[in-house]
Amino acid sequence: MSFDLDVALRRGDRSFACRIAPAAGITVLFGPSGAGKTTVLNMVAGLVRPDRGHVRVRDLTLFDAAAGVDLPIAARQAGYVFQEPRLFPHLRVRTNLRYGSRRAAREGALIDFDETVALLELAPLLDRWPRTLSGGEARRVAIGRALLSGARFLLLDEPLSSLDRNRREEVMRTIERLRDEIALPMLMVTHDPGEVERLAATVVAM
Amino acid sequence: MTAALSPEEWTVIWLSLRVGGVAVAAALPIAFALAWLLARGRFPGRVLLDAIVHLPLVLPPVVTGWLLLLAFAPAGPVGSLIERWTGGTVLFRWTGAAIAAAVMALPLMVRAMRLSIEAVDGRLESAARTLGAGRLRVFATITLPLSLPGVLAGAVLGFARALGEFGATISFVSNVPGETQTLPLAIYDALQVPGRESVVLRLALISIALAVAALVVSEVLTRRSGRRLHVL
Repeated sequence: MSFDLDVALRRGDRSFACRIAPAAGITVLFGPSGAGKTTVLNMVAGLVRPDRGHVRVRDLTLFDAAAGVDLPIAARQAGYVFQEPRLFPHLRVRTNLRYGSRRAAREGALIDFDETVALLELAPLLDRWPRTLSGGEARRVAIGRALLSGARFLLLDEPLSSLDRNRREEVMRTIERLRDEIALPMLMVTHDPGEVERLAATVVAM
Repeated sequence: MTAALSPEEWTVIWLSLRVGGVAVAAALPIAFALAWLLARGRFPGRVLLDAIVHLPLVLPPVVTGWLLLLAFAPAGPVGSLIERWTGGTVLFRWTGAAIAAAVMALPLMVRAMRLSIEAVDGRLESAARTLGAGRLRVFATITLPLSLPGVLAGAVLGFARALGEFGATISFVSNVPGETQTLPLAIYDALQVPGRESVVLRLALISIALAVAALVVSEVLTRRSGRRLHVL
């Protein structure tokens, strides 16, 4: 079982609700910008607190307003790949990748450092600074960093946006390999019908 | 004019560096804490705190010195505590000069540090938290290193300001050679006596050199922080 979500949120005079039923494979949130897709990811990660409802992932309750459950961000074991890679600019790629390794060591990792580097083809990038990376390279490092943080699931916010065609193909293949090789539940945001067609097992229209 | 400095002039320079150094070292943690509060804190009275911190920047320095004198006089609220704990006083002592310099340097330091803390991208901090870091670790590994160049630039700027402190120092701890007579006070003293123009010139040149060096270091650090903060 992967994502089981039923949340509602009110901000000013805008109200917003989302339901996702558990399903195998990649769940895609699809819709125009401004529909609140990123907000859903933020609620799963704990960065935004829903007014009511629940968030469960792989049978672990992360948030439940009725039961008073609200796990701290750091304890949710979310592998969040933000729309911008958000690599730490003062740390080299290697140190960025290892940032979440404490939690991974504590909670047991699905994938180790060498496997991640091989899977995402990061070996030539390890000693570089984030500002020297191309968009696709930075995206792969961000995915690797999320994987290595002891993540139980991945949240991908428009992982293919603002990349040229070759880079898109590179990241798309990476996502497919993660799905096939380590069977990580993934919740992905996109507004591109092509990505939905190719990657989505379940589509949540917003 | 002789190029070599007299022992008295060396005393003035060393005293100035010591007063400035101690003032900045003492003000640094306070300035950082205030900068942090003003940049990130959401509490009632924030605007008032901001105003109080900036007060020494806009008050006539003589007034600041007089207020310090009231507070640190043996019968004053702070002075009586110091006398009870240490049996001494900071009046007419270099420690008093350091206090005056620290108070005058504080607003500049807080401003520079606050800007550098505000410039740290909150998105990086939330990314760190999703990777399993608690608040303390986020502060130590993300916020502090990213704001460090700005914090150091603020300290250097504060040091330069402390070296130049005049009004608050002379009204708080007077002009005692070897104890509170820093560079500006020594220059003022030399100006009072005809025929000491060469002393004035030498001390003024040293002041200019120290100030320019501090500004250059501060500028370099600020630029570096600007580059470092670039988020991909």
